Amino acid sequence: MTRMMAMLHLIGRKALDTVFGLGDYALFTGRSFSAVMHSKRMWKRIIRAVYEQGTVCLPVILIVGLFTGLVLGLQGYHVLSRFGSVGLLGSLVSLSLVREMGPVLAALMLIGQGGSALAAELGIQRNSEQIDALETMGVSTHGYLVAPRLLASLLVFPAQTALFVVIGFWGGGLSGSLLLGVDSGVYWSSIQNAVESRDIRECFLKAAAFGLLSISICAYQGFHSHRGGAETGARAVSASTTRAVVFSSIMVLVADYVISSFFI
Amino acid sequence: MERLKQSPLLRVEDLRKGFGDRTILSGVSLEIPRGSLFTVLGPSGAGKSVFLKCLADVIRPDSGRISFDGRSLDHSDSEARMDFRKRCSFLFQSNALFDSLTALENVSLPLEQTTTLADKEIRERSLEALRQLEIDGFGGHYPSQLSGGMQKRLALARAIVTRPELVLFDEPTAGLDPLRRNAVFEMIAKYKRQFDFTALVVTHDIVEALVASDRVALLNEGRVCFEGTPDGFHASGNPVVQAFRDSVGSLESSLAAIRTEPRTIS
Repeated sequence: MTRMMAMLHLIGRKALDTVFGLGDYALFTGRSFSAVMHSKRMWKRIIRAVYEQGTVCLPVILIVGLFTGLVLGLQGYHVLSRFGSVGLLGSLVSLSLVREMGPVLAALMLIGQGGSALAAELGIQRNSEQIDALETMGVSTHGYLVAPRLLASLLVFPAQTALFVVIGFWGGGLSGSLLLGVDSGVYWSSIQNAVESRDIRECFLKAAAFGLLSISICAYQGFHSHRGGAETGARAVSASTTRAVVFSSIMVLVADYVISSFFI
Repeated sequence: MERLKQSPLLRVEDLRKGFGDRTILSGVSLEIPRGSLFTVLGPSGAGKSVFLKCLADVIRPDSGRISFDGRSLDHSDSEARMDFRKRCSFLFQSNALFDSLTALENVSLPLEQTTTLADKEIRERSLEALRQLEIDGFGGHYPSQLSGGMQKRLALARAIVTRPELVLFDEPTAGLDPLRRNAVFEMIAKYKRQFDFTALVVTHDIVEALVASDRVALLNEGRVCFEGTPDGFHASGNPVVQAFRDSVGSLESSLAAIRTEPRTIS
């Protein structure tokens, strides 16, 4: 009976902690957005954030996009050739990339590179009292550190996703047409016929939503790295960075399911 | 000295703070006279930094009352707290400089983010602050490229660029050798006079503090055991003050005792 009570107590404690965490995260994100109104010289910070998130992640987006397209072309060709439908390779590659793989994989790459860097940077700033210093100066920490990154993500994630998708098309064409002999004109016209404006809307909506979700989660984890219980210093930064990457990756997949279910 | 007789700039009444079961501050009350160099002394772990961070609003006290220039800094009065932050600066023990910003950008930051000054004026005031702290040739350097003493001066330049009335110094001499400790207190006294701010310093460096300060307080186990002038501190018969004061010479007497002990080699 005592063991049962202890287990119930533990479950209750965890549930309360989760609810508290979600509420705190919602307040953090809300404060960051409302700080946009009061922050000074925001443009300078947004440009810097676009550079940090965009430029740094560009090589990995290009490489992963190319190889995703190559693999889709290769696998798609062998599946479609069984039914004599290799002419639909462009449709398969393009719809897979535009609707699902482009936004999700680009977001995961951006989380791995830009999101983890953001969580670590904020964690170190918290650890070295730089965030406390901003507070004592009367500077809005949400407005200075978080809001520009959130706004930048609305630009960077859709742009990087578009790039990922286009490079993926090209990769699919490379393996399908150049290596496996599918007519290039058939491949590209199949893409043109398959992709509708609705698909492009879904793609950009997902990219923007994933950007906001992942950057806000990474910023929240880094900003509150000192709340990691017994962990302090470098271990707290490391733990908060891990949590940032894991939670934001999971939330991207959850959000992908929710948004897809509205569009199907 | 005439200004010290005026109403206190900062008044702290019955300040209490604990973390879990541990009580750090158990009813601290102090008055910081306007224009003074006030030092809060105390052994490590006495709650000095927590006290200062409660004043700076970095840590929220459990109870107590803080008034700045006659106005209560109640947590529900955000306007009063914002006004306090505009008129007060905090110098962290670690300096808390932004390592991704240059020295000039570090100094410009509070002006950029909290004032409506034009870019040109911000740059001029920041360069002026760097020049006054004698680090004007290092505006383009990152904090990691500066020596420890220069970092301290850069942090002070950032603290005074907004022309505050009160500067809070958290252990400004921690980890420094005696020569540098002297230099830091000299710097505080010099710039306090030059920029006419009130300085509140927390430290455990008793020798330098007693020479440089107008008033001192001794914090022990979360309480103020003594508050008065450095001369009063020297003359105090309070056993805690005596113990803290005597700790300076305790190394000498401990070593003398060790030297007189017979050698026991097994």
